[in-house]
Amino acid sequence: MSIVFQRPHALIDKPLHYCPGCTHGIIHRLVAEVLDELGIEGTTVGVASVGCTYNSYEYFNCDMVQAAHGRAPAVATGIRRSLPDRTVFTYQGDGDLAAIGTAEIVHAATRGEKITTIFVNNAIYGMTSGQMAPTTLVGQVTTTTPFGRKPELHGYPVRVCELLSTLEGAVYVERVAVNNVQNIRKAKAAIKRAFQVQAAGLGFSIVEVLSICPTNWGMSPDKSLEWLRDNMIPHYPLGNFKNVALPGETPAADGSDK
Amino acid sequence: MKGNEVIAEAALRAGCRHYFGYPITPQTEVAHYMARKMEEIGGTFVQAESEVAAINMVYGAASAGVRAMTSSSSPGISLKQEGISYAAGAELPIVVIDIVRCGPGLGGILPAQCDYYQMVKGGGHGDYHNIVLAPQGVQEMYELVVDAFNLADKYRNPVVVMGDGYMGQMMEAVEFRDQEKIERPEKPWAACGSEMKRPHNTITSIYIEADVLEAHVRHMYEKYKAIEENEVRVDVQNCEGADVIIAAYGTCARVTKNVIKDAAKLGIKVGLIRPITLWPFPKKAFEQYAKVPKGFLTVEMSMGQMIDDVKLAVNGQNNVYFYGRTGGNVPGQKDILAEVVKIARGEGGDLR
Ligand SMILES: Cc1ncc(C[n+]2csc(CCOP(=O)(O)OP(=O)(O)O)c2C)c(N)n1
Ligand code: SF4
Ligand SMILES: [Mg+2]
Repeated sequence: MSIVFQRPHALIDKPLHYCPGCTHGIIHRLVAEVLDELGIEGTTVGVASVGCTYNSYEYFNCDMVQAAHGRAPAVATGIRRSLPDRTVFTYQGDGDLAAIGTAEIVHAATRGEKITTIFVNNAIYGMTSGQMAPTTLVGQVTTTTPFGRKPELHGYPVRVCELLSTLEGAVYVERVAVNNVQNIRKAKAAIKRAFQVQAAGLGFSIVEVLSICPTNWGMSPDKSLEWLRDNMIPHYPLGNFKNVALPGETPAADGSDK
Repeated sequence: MKGNEVIAEAALRAGCRHYFGYPITPQTEVAHYMARKMEEIGGTFVQAESEVAAINMVYGAASAGVRAMTSSSSPGISLKQEGISYAAGAELPIVVIDIVRCGPGLGGILPAQCDYYQMVKGGGHGDYHNIVLAPQGVQEMYELVVDAFNLADKYRNPVVVMGDGYMGQMMEAVEFRDQEKIERPEKPWAACGSEMKRPHNTITSIYIEADVLEAHVRHMYEKYKAIEENEVRVDVQNCEGADVIIAAYGTCARVTKNVIKDAAKLGIKVGLIRPITLWPFPKKAFEQYAKVPKGFLTVEMSMGQMIDDVKLAVNGQNNVYFYGRTGGNVPGQKDILAEVVKIARGEGGDLR
């Protein structure tokens, strides 16, 4: 009998501490499956950030470094420049990456650092109990926008992929979601490609993953998935923003002329 | 050679191949030297987007197990404090150079010693210490920068080399050793890829449970005790039978050496205690001479920061006076002498 489904080796066998229904767990699994499939667990260093996943080093089986809030791309830069034959990824939330860490992510991308960023956009600060994030949608109620996000008071939600894809150093930029099986499969393919882009030394790669936070959105996981589909995807369109040919691919086949 | 270039050359000789910085006067020549050399020898030089990013790159590189450093000056150091605190908590060997300029705020670009508090007393959040080395000239700068890398690795702790703007800009002859004494312990803890040959390594400074964090901090303090026992460095001159003892480090200590000669002509014997390690502070040297007949005079290029440690070491057994200049001014030989004379004659002074 052959095993067709099992826990990836790169994901440690212990219960996740995330809230019931939280999609951080799915995203962890996708990253771990990719590390397994590419056979790079032993040559990868991950960088955990500050947010609900601050201790993702408890779950990923590769070497891990915990970074200060927003600084993961700078920490990853230091690691990657020191270990040129290793794979380095950051795992960051939207508060971490798009607020306090804006300078670090923009400049890591500008420099074309050969790192991969997994950017989990749940339109909220999860860990600190549901404050407005830069990605919070207009009208969305959070603990710091109790009457909904109003552009005249709180500004507009930032589209990170669109922003970063203007930078030459960012060579692979894709937005995915984990709200249904089809999208989860696409998310995995994107994450895998992002790591392959890094392995080929082509530059900075980022996958933005639209994710849910049932706890701070104040909805059931089911309702949250619907809310993501009906509200987040219209504002944050899924798809590839920038692509690059991997070794052996012809530019046309991979859509890098997009 | 210029002090700042000596810093860079010393770091290279100590085996540092990873430099991350952000331009700021008066230490920018360190970056200039590094940019050229690292490209020539295939090392890493990154001009970061900010001091915050630079120190976090150092944090990443040190996590990966290599010798890494950054250099800056006071306003930049304020920004680096977050990363220094994290490195202390994660027990990472990092080297930080601070070529101090005057503050607060943007202050000025002239030399000062007003970063004593932020480097010696923490600066970042939490219970931790930096090892802080204070050279008095270019030759010692070279030696202490090499030592800084050894100490950082030995204790897995941030080490700061703190000079003032004069020392960075000063041209002096420097004698490089043919072979630096480099002690490089194994780093089995580094996050450099497990090769699937060991359990995965984690570098972190977060411990959510009270007892676990307390145990971690207590472990750090055991290390600090060992550092206090083994690594104190101090230059004690002329203190036997002295009437007055001056406490000064860096440029102020250099000026004091001439004061000793001038005072002798007036029949006053002046001693000097020059801390080379600002942390661990050379308490014992002060305890030993605590009964000096006329008391201590602390001389600083600040409004008085190290004097707190002098007073703690003297522990109320004697008067501790202060003379300092700030804004980029340096205490002059004549002015210090005038203070010494007043104190020696019992005519007072700025008693703190
Ligand atoms: C310097 C600093 N400021 C603030 C915090 C508090 N803090 C912890 S997590 C967090 C927000 C994280 O939100 P996000 O990145 O969106 O991650 P999520 O929890 O939603 O996955 C904040 C503000 C901190 N730890 N450090
Ligand atoms: S607070 Fe939100 S993001 Fe954090 S674990 Fe819970 S559901 Fe997930
Ligand atoms: Mg979030």
